[in-house]
Amino acid sequence: MTVSTNPQALSVLDRPNSYIGRVVPRPNLERLLQGRGLYVSDMELPRMAHVVFLRSPHAHARIVSIDAAAARQMQGVIAVVTGVELAAVITPWVGVLTHLKGLKSAPQHAIAIDRVCWQGEAVAAVVATSRAVAEDAAEIVGIEYEELEAVTEMRTALDPATPVIHPSLGDNLAFERNLDAGAVDPAFKDSDAVVEAEFVFGRHTGVTLEPRAVVADWNAAEARLTIYQGTQAPHMVQNIAALHLGLEESQVRVVCKDVGGSFGIKVHIYADEMAVYALSKLLRRPIKFVADRVESFNTDIHARDHRCKGKIGVKRDGTIVAFEIDDLTGIGPYSMYPRTSAIEANQVVNLVGGPYTTKNYRARARVVFQNKNVMCQYRAVGHPIACSVTEGLVDLAAAKIGMDPVEIRRRNLIADDAYPCASPSGLRFEQLSHHESMSMLIGMMNYDALRTEQAALRTKNIHRGIGIASFIEVTNPSAAFYGVGGARISSQDGVAVRLDAQGSVICQTSITEQGQGSESLTAQIVGSVLGVSMARVRVILGDTDNTPYGGGTWASRGAGIGGEAAVQAAKVLRRNILDVAAAILQSSPTELDIANNAVVNAQDGAVRIELRELARIVYFRPDTLPPGIQPELMATRHFVPREYPFAFTNGIQAAWIEVDTDTGFVKLLKHWVVEDCGTIINPQLVDEQIRGGVVQGLGAALFEKCIYDERGQLTNANMADYLVPMSGEMPDIDIGHVVSPTRETELGAKGAGEAGTAGAAAAVANAVNDALRPFGVIITEIPLTPQVILTALGRI
Amino acid sequence: MTAALSISLHVNGERVEAQVLPRLNLADFLREHLKLTGTHVGCEHGVCGACTVRVNGDIVRSCLMLAAQTHGATIETIEGLSDSGEIADLQAAFRDRNALQCGFCTPGMLVAAQDLLKQEAEPNRERIREHLSGNYCRCTGYQAIIDAVEDTGRARMGRTP
Repeated sequence: MTVSTNPQALSVLDRPNSYIGRVVPRPNLERLLQGRGLYVSDMELPRMAHVVFLRSPHAHARIVSIDAAAARQMQGVIAVVTGVELAAVITPWVGVLTHLKGLKSAPQHAIAIDRVCWQGEAVAAVVATSRAVAEDAAEIVGIEYEELEAVTEMRTALDPATPVIHPSLGDNLAFERNLDAGAVDPAFKDSDAVVEAEFVFGRHTGVTLEPRAVVADWNAAEARLTIYQGTQAPHMVQNIAALHLGLEESQVRVVCKDVGGSFGIKVHIYADEMAVYALSKLLRRPIKFVADRVESFNTDIHARDHRCKGKIGVKRDGTIVAFEIDDLTGIGPYSMYPRTSAIEANQVVNLVGGPYTTKNYRARARVVFQNKNVMCQYRAVGHPIACSVTEGLVDLAAAKIGMDPVEIRRRNLIADDAYPCASPSGLRFEQLSHHESMSMLIGMMNYDALRTEQAALRTKNIHRGIGIASFIEVTNPSAAFYGVGGARISSQDGVAVRLDAQGSVICQTSITEQGQGSESLTAQIVGSVLGVSMARVRVILGDTDNTPYGGGTWASRGAGIGGEAAVQAAKVLRRNILDVAAAILQSSPTELDIANNAVVNAQDGAVRIELRELARIVYFRPDTLPPGIQPELMATRHFVPREYPFAFTNGIQAAWIEVDTDTGFVKLLKHWVVEDCGTIINPQLVDEQIRGGVVQGLGAALFEKCIYDERGQLTNANMADYLVPMSGEMPDIDIGHVVSPTRETELGAKGAGEAGTAGAAAAVANAVNDALRPFGVIITEIPLTPQVILTALGRI
Repeated sequence: MTAALSISLHVNGERVEAQVLPRLNLADFLREHLKLTGTHVGCEHGVCGACTVRVNGDIVRSCLMLAAQTHGATIETIEGLSDSGEIADLQAAFRDRNALQCGFCTPGMLVAAQDLLKQEAEPNRERIREHLSGNYCRCTGYQAIIDAVEDTGRARMGRTP
């Protein structure tokens, strides 16, 4: 279901046989379907050794001694390396950025030196001829620890009685941001009702099915390091590895083949990955690291560990007059590198209240250190927190004044004709479509009929609920996200296209593929603009030696930024091809076009010369071209958003659920999403991004939580105890689209990768509260486990 | 560690003779000894289903089976099922529905789905969801996978999807 609110006169993209807006299968699927992909965990190189890390069993401890003498004697063991030894090869880092004013962190080493700060921090590396041998040797390394008091509770992390994790920093406060917009106090005073609640979010993680994996290969003779890694941002890895190993970037190549899931987990620089790069340089051979599942839970970034107090003021007529939040989050002992661990809380401050008209908004966010695994950016960074708080408050306000949840949103969402405009936190919106999206959603879900059904079932003691959640999503980030703070993380992307000697197209792009469809959308765009069939477009990505420089794929930026670079590069190549064709055909470029792999008459479409033949002439018989012609059958273009710091998208979700008040189980019956990501390049890919995103949000809503004990031990670091959504529990998800293209690009595409995750948990939480309304119970905590629900109902 | 054991088995129609340590699991044997890397290892404790293969006709989590237990067995992995054409229609349905994103769960998912389709003609969505509930997918949200298996079941019964 697609409605175009903002039809745009598409030029080169609107041509006959365009692939834009069409469902076409992704070109790279066949190898994955046959098990013939190449993930880093599949890779083997000559002389490759395997590393296993010894990891701290304590959340906070002093390393007294490491005795590796016996391990070093074991057959097959190549080296046992400590933090001090590795520090000779690689320098430490501090995960701060200057635009996050006041953000502080402590130097972090690739392998811990003297002290460990979370359970799972690497203490030593065992390198051996096989992983099994390395694991055997690791068992006989003797490490003596002196346990220190662990700071685990974020609510007391700032108390004077709590130990300071990094004494040099003075306290456990990593970052604080305050915002006060409009006139919040008078607004609350004028409210007819004020509602307050504390929202609690379970710390969870991405659980990529392929764990993090690296093969680092230092060639001492070439003085060059090749890093094979499942990463979303190869050029960022190149920059950081070079910086800390004392190399030029030209001495580091990062290659990224198939990646078994990313979701933001694989966009960071992890200490153990840095250790692998350094070990390869130290030992002068390829080193492979593949995290096992326990390591993944203990060291892959966690996210969303927030407690957020929220307050909303509302008039009797439903007008929301003010929002206020006080957010607290614990990020582990270090701010992650290089993106920092303050971005999530910063996003919460930015995004709360975002869909609504009120200008009165006050926020405080505090980010504290603790002795748990590090937290950082995971899919939809900050959005699920902001959306759950905002939409939870809106529903509470509606209930308080006795208004329908849809009606209160209708009265407060920013009008579709109010753009461009800005939020109280300073976010600039080019064009959003909250009202049209909500109208479509209400129609898709048949809202009134569901309400009738709900009422009828209640009389039979069946408790179903409807939850609605509007949201905005940050996509297509400019340098405002990281670059302005000093991070060497590119916000521009580049695409190079060339016609090969058989008239096919080779396209190199700096965006990366982890299954989103980057390769497909690039081929669709290039094929459409050039008039070449997709089967004749080959896309190369994930290799710093062989693609233009760029940011990669994260923050819903691949299609919007990398896609626009592809449009512009293909336009130049098309012009160049037509110039050559005109010379060959003694015609003029304006009289010619390219369609179906051939140069044709613009007027009547008659074929003039096949691209295959044109390429043959250019590459092999340039002597037959008119004098002076130097054909240029390759073109490169880069793109970065300059007008808007972020291309905001919007959407709305609805959940229809049933709560079993005896067992506390929530059954997801149906889920709907309407999303506006601008121009849709491939509807199937967009829908599947949204569905996958929704299900990750549903995991957070119902199941996923890293459960730490008071000593900082992660007690469910395995897949049997940490629950994620399985097929049996997930609902079918219906998706609709409103299309408001961004005018900043010719393509008009905004991002779609995080919309599903942004609003799913909020919709489910609101639905559960809707279902439990007859019991007078309000729950503002996720995951909504049976224990949480039965506790709220007073049943346990 | 004890001494290596001799095993003889058939893998994807080929006879394989090998010396394996008693502790070597089948997933590692397939991946590291036979270089059949289509069998993926996601959790190494029998939960995620990415390493699902067929042993003597039954689906098995290869991380939970020892290579030594496969003496005399007939094993089929995603590579073998692809080359024989047995699941070509299922793979095509996955492609048409975009029922995979990163593709890491896909070999195990296909093996598990084919197992259901061999047991039951035209399973309904609920049955498919139930049968695949031992196979994690973190990318798709499952719906496209259910669609693809449902389509294949129908098509095998001669019905248009």
